[in-house]
Amino acid sequence: MNDHKQREYPAKPADVYLFGTCLVDQFVPAAGLDAIRLLEREGIRVHFPMQQACCGQPAYTSGFPEEARAVALRQFDLFPQPWPIVVLSGSCAGMMRQHYPTLFAHDAPRLSQAQALAERIFEFTEFLVQVVGFSRPDRAGPTTVALHTSCSARREMDVHVTGHTLLGALEHVQVVKHGHEEECCGFGGLFSLRHPDISGAIANDKVQEIRKAGAQHVVSADCGCLLNILGRATGPEASSSAGEASLTGEHIASFLWHRTAEVNV
Amino acid sequence: MSTVSRTVAPDFSERSRQAIGDEAQRTGIRGAMDFLQSKRKAQFPDPQELSDLRDLGAAIRRYALANLPELLQQLEARLTANGVQVHWAETPEQANALMLEIAARHQARLMVKGKSMVSEEVELNHAMQAAGIEALETDMGEYIVQLAGEKPSHIIMPAIHKTKQQIATLFTEKLPGVSYNDNVDVLIQIGREVLRKKFAAADIGLSGVNFAVAETGTLYLVENEGNGRMCTTVPRVHVAITGIEKVVAKLEHVALLNSLLPRSATGQAVETYQNFINGPRKPGELDGPEEVHLILLDNGRTQAYADPQLRATLQCIRCGACMNHCPVYARIGGHAYGTTYPGPIGAILSPHLLGFGAAYPLVTASTLCGACADVCPVRIPIPDLLIRLRNEAQANPQAARKALRDSGAKHHLLLTLVWRIWALLYGRPRFYRWFSWCASRFGALAPRHQGAWTHTRAPLIPAPRRLRDLLPQQNRLD
Repeated sequence: MNDHKQREYPAKPADVYLFGTCLVDQFVPAAGLDAIRLLEREGIRVHFPMQQACCGQPAYTSGFPEEARAVALRQFDLFPQPWPIVVLSGSCAGMMRQHYPTLFAHDAPRLSQAQALAERIFEFTEFLVQVVGFSRPDRAGPTTVALHTSCSARREMDVHVTGHTLLGALEHVQVVKHGHEEECCGFGGLFSLRHPDISGAIANDKVQEIRKAGAQHVVSADCGCLLNILGRATGPEASSSAGEASLTGEHIASFLWHRTAEVNV
Repeated sequence: MSTVSRTVAPDFSERSRQAIGDEAQRTGIRGAMDFLQSKRKAQFPDPQELSDLRDLGAAIRRYALANLPELLQQLEARLTANGVQVHWAETPEQANALMLEIAARHQARLMVKGKSMVSEEVELNHAMQAAGIEALETDMGEYIVQLAGEKPSHIIMPAIHKTKQQIATLFTEKLPGVSYNDNVDVLIQIGREVLRKKFAAADIGLSGVNFAVAETGTLYLVENEGNGRMCTTVPRVHVAITGIEKVVAKLEHVALLNSLLPRSATGQAVETYQNFINGPRKPGELDGPEEVHLILLDNGRTQAYADPQLRATLQCIRCGACMNHCPVYARIGGHAYGTTYPGPIGAILSPHLLGFGAAYPLVTASTLCGACADVCPVRIPIPDLLIRLRNEAQANPQAARKALRDSGAKHHLLLTLVWRIWALLYGRPRFYRWFSWCASRFGALAPRHQGAWTHTRAPLIPAPRRLRDLLPQQNRLD
């Protein structure tokens, strides 16, 4: 981990598949719509296979590889054209790019399928920076935000810089560095349910660090982390730290769209 | 002395809850971890050098493990030729019995101990005390922990969970004639004076081993306080104890591994003392022990060795960097794990030592964030091994390969059924679409109490319309 070979990126394509992820689909659909708008504005046709569900990660990390395989396999056939597959989460992208080949390591025909699929997986901010060369003027007013990069984006996709690249290019956005920025937010998928006290303590520290850095808004390319951080910021113990400004947040796709849309939506 | 740790411990969740509630300890551990992280970072300014060193370190350890039986035989032969008596122990009980046998032969009353996690693993102190032999820890951190009747909470810094004020209070209570003073230098001086007298009076000195070199029959031991050198040179008898995985093929491998060990562990360029122990005092030599013994312990290590993937667990050189960088360890500290080896390495090692029955909570106590694997000097892929161990623990006991102790111990029909249903829902597009449609339409009815999630967070409410419902026609691909 962390010293992957430098990835070679393709030229900007005319078509991409979008893997929305189950969290975006169910909880944060606006992030998906904004990602589509951003990509289409760059002249890319976006195709969302309606049969898509989940990448299989929850079962994979819980000790149920059979069930993970069953769900992962269902996603294999959704992307028949050789287009890039843009994933709206570093965590799901890491699953599809790094762990699908592991999951099918003992199944030769599917392994080659998994490897071919893995080659076409791009995390959303990675795709915007490295493939699209995204550069749009910032059209909104001054604001201060913190960026949370998921551990999977950082370590499995090796794309911890692309989020900062995108935000750093926005003229009126000040991105504050928060304490322990590289540290996990404590989500860890089902870890958050199995060890709620530990998960809550880590999430609480993350919220405190972001507030301490002077940001009231947190941006992330991973909805799992966002739901965790914001859930903690507005959770049952939030009132005990009275006097603190509320913490809001959004997916980086929505943030970018809101900053760069010609007609502010 | 340390009977406290023997009492029935509450379970992992309860222990971690208590640790999280201890604000002072949590702040202390966090501060120490931050300090160690920054010191390590400063030791490796060149990422390319670090990456290359880690490649080499991993290769050396993998080579040693790939040739483990041969290297252990060679080690035994060389050590024996050097005059060191080599003993093999399959279990902690056997290790303790060997130790007691040596002690009895020398009618030992006092043993001084250098830092050794393997001696913690076999609970050597208990065995010695039960036989009426005083076993005194001489590493300052270990000494403090022993005085307090506790166990180490970190493999490198045993008393990291204690503040200097707590240590000052402990000394005042336990050491006659000592009045409260929380100056660190004064505290260390107090400890050293107690220990100094003991070194001279001890019959046996015990130590761990960092690396055992097969080609030369050398026991390599690093430390910062000089107590290790005292334990291995002053008493008549020196007994070293270590796990079978600590062997390396060549002396030159030690130099390379040691360019990773102190820098990864404490952020030091080099340790204060490096001891190369090649045998007992030879005729005409003025000092050194008359007898040197090595006890090589298995205690489940061969189980990890036998599995091509899990074997990587044994690459560990016990630097502790994984715990120093672990977000879970930073919140709960070492004692909450309830095992000799805490943190990420403890989570992947303990199942082999203790079985899944006792070690499974540790295997689940990770967000799989990967910080541990990022800093591991010998590139142990800890998150991958955690996933593998989770698979083994959940495996159907009928179908499990039974290669691991307690394989399938955590297999529950209900849990398996839940995941089957999950796979059915998410693996059949029609089911998923129906299920997620229901969730979005009736999201407003979502319970406000969602079990463990809402324990510390606001409830999750599905959006009233899914992304797939809101998609413009041109983006839909049926």
